[in-house]
Amino acid sequence: MTTEPATTGISSDATLTGAQSLVRALEQAGVEVIFGIPGGAILPAYDPLFDSSIRHILVRHEQGAGHAAQGYAMVTGRVGVCMATSGPGATNLVTAIADAYMDSVPIVAITGQVSSAVIGSDAFQEADIRGITLPITKHSYLVTDPAEIPRVIAEAFHIASTGRPGPVLVDIAKDALVNTTEYHWPHELALPGYRPTTKPHGKQVREAARLIAASQRPVLYVGGGVIKADAADELRQLADLTGIPVVTTLMARGAFPDSHELHLGMPGMHGTVAAVAALQKSDLLISLGARFDDRVTGQLASFAPEAKVIHADIDPAEISKNRTADVPIVGDCREVITDLIATLVKQADEDDLTLDFTPWKNQVLGLKAKFPVSYDRPAEGLAPQTVIERISQIAGPAATYVAGVGQHQMWATHYVDFERPRQWLNSGGAGTMGYAVPAAMGAQVGLPGQVVWTIDGDGCFQMTNQELATCAIEGIPIKVAVINNSSLGMVRQWQTLLYDERYSNTDLNTGPESIGALRIPDFVKLAEAYGCVGLRCETEADLDATIEKAMAINDRPVVIDFVVERDAMVWPMIHGGASNDDIQIARDLAPDWDEEEL
Amino acid sequence: MTTQHTLSVLVENTPGVLARVSSLFMRRGFNIESLAVGPTEIPEISRMTIVVNVDDLPLEQVTKQLNKLVNVLKIVELESSSAVERELMLIKVKTDPQTRGQVLETVQLFRAKVVDVAHDAVTIEATGNSAKLNAMLNVLEPFGIREIAQSGRVAIGRGARSITDRTLRTVPGAQSA
Repeated sequence: MTTEPATTGISSDATLTGAQSLVRALEQAGVEVIFGIPGGAILPAYDPLFDSSIRHILVRHEQGAGHAAQGYAMVTGRVGVCMATSGPGATNLVTAIADAYMDSVPIVAITGQVSSAVIGSDAFQEADIRGITLPITKHSYLVTDPAEIPRVIAEAFHIASTGRPGPVLVDIAKDALVNTTEYHWPHELALPGYRPTTKPHGKQVREAARLIAASQRPVLYVGGGVIKADAADELRQLADLTGIPVVTTLMARGAFPDSHELHLGMPGMHGTVAAVAALQKSDLLISLGARFDDRVTGQLASFAPEAKVIHADIDPAEISKNRTADVPIVGDCREVITDLIATLVKQADEDDLTLDFTPWKNQVLGLKAKFPVSYDRPAEGLAPQTVIERISQIAGPAATYVAGVGQHQMWATHYVDFERPRQWLNSGGAGTMGYAVPAAMGAQVGLPGQVVWTIDGDGCFQMTNQELATCAIEGIPIKVAVINNSSLGMVRQWQTLLYDERYSNTDLNTGPESIGALRIPDFVKLAEAYGCVGLRCETEADLDATIEKAMAINDRPVVIDFVVERDAMVWPMIHGGASNDDIQIARDLAPDWDEEEL
Repeated sequence: MTTQHTLSVLVENTPGVLARVSSLFMRRGFNIESLAVGPTEIPEISRMTIVVNVDDLPLEQVTKQLNKLVNVLKIVELESSSAVERELMLIKVKTDPQTRGQVLETVQLFRAKVVDVAHDAVTIEATGNSAKLNAMLNVLEPFGIREIAQSGRVAIGRGARSITDRTLRTVPGAQSA
């Protein structure tokens, strides 16, 4: 948080309106961009915002503002800000707030509220947004006194960005924006009930080191907390020092380089055989900023049955929530890993102990070599996996990749080469279709001049693509690859596997006439209507040229309609509620990993 | 088998804090058996006494989740063996000239008191733990209970130690009353 003088030109004790106070507080909190839409109750704030150093990006739907704030936060590590008016403006933010809560993304949502005198009277555009968002915010405020605005903003940014990050809602009554007040930025924050533990307990770290030394088959189970804590370098040191294999969850892709020998890929429902098998056969899980989500554990009772658990997380409530931890460590992942490395080194010196997990490493690397993620190329048509693979190879790990939710998201986790933290954005916990386009918009604002690729599905894309207008007008040149299989692909996959190929309500008709679809809408025309470049690619022969063409356009958004074969499925797969031991690498095909046992 | 736990939760005395706590219980799937909220000796701090029926493990989870609420300052579980627990009950019992004497005798036996009298009913104020209050209700039942108003449980640890002592110092502007 900066304390540089604000640029509104108002001296520190002058009288000003609540709205001026708000804008000045946001400036003082270091905000550089806000995504939002004005409306009646928030309107007073938009007047001083007009003169502010803060860039306001006018979106087309408040959900877009919320996801854009998330995308901005995810790539920059700063707090993302979105703003909306009361009632429907505020409720349109709800999905993005819920998403930020599930994926621990630091955002501050500022909403206008009807005047305090009419709160509770069902006034025009009144909604109890604080009540509505109570279970999906880290904290929330309703401000009716303009004098409270600077303190509330300072607290909101502090709470959103520290500890386990998350969304904070600041709802401000219209009269609090209109009435005059004095501006006092708080010199220190008074939050007696909020004291996140960042420094791990030395005894717990020593106990963890002891368990590691005593283990034979340890796995580093890495979650999104490692990225939030900027601990990727420390993680790499830990892996190199110990030789312990690594798995990275959906939220942690990029926390550890895919190219690293010890990286086994993503665990879970659509995880790699090596990652899933390593967890199942492990005798020690070292969980760093992960939360034993059901998509990772599958049936909990049979998850990693032989493993002891070291669980490090900044949120004590995550520890032993789903799986009981043998060694709980509350702390910031970077501090935990740093202390763990120091303790392991010291332990090695004092006890003349060298860690050697070579047999285990060889076992899991054997599985990694034997069961790579792979797919069959279709007899005709374009394979969706090939499209994603080529985008990754052409754009490289310097580009940022943002996905929606569904098949394309899972293919992107497998076929994009992740080498660095914050290279990958997606909606993990909430599974919000429509996340990608607005989140990519926010990411691109946070990364001017860099390449941001949206890997989206035809279903997801139709939920939030109105933000292409925002991107085109505001000069935000994202690249959107619509992996168009003319259907709600993941749901269709489940219908194929579990519902006897009865495709109830999953045909979106965005495909070509050749598959009997109506091509509504035509994504190329839609892109052009929004002032973007629209391209279409239907064959592998055109693939590289199309991607390169998109790479060459930097002055406006590009949308590519990749018309892909619709029967491609995401493999490997563990069915919902099944044990991880029942992983399938293709339909009705289970890997025989026991063959690999030493 | 679930067991009953009594939690003393110290919270900042700010608007909406009760909604936050009760919403959290609902969202995480826990039922509140009894809830009592009131001021403490420190004006900035309120005390909630929450009774829940849960196993030890879910109790740990709900306590951790409660601790994450920004306005929650401290949570202490009070064991019945080392705490004084009380509930207050107002009971309106039907009486007639024949039964009034027996009802008043019951009131004496349970060290309760009569706070209102009408020609055909008395209102009794009783405090105690839930076992005592239930026992008293059983005895009064045959006379005809017309109405009951019961408070949530309040509890305080035995001995000289105070759970607000240390919390007190952390709340700015707060001073002992």
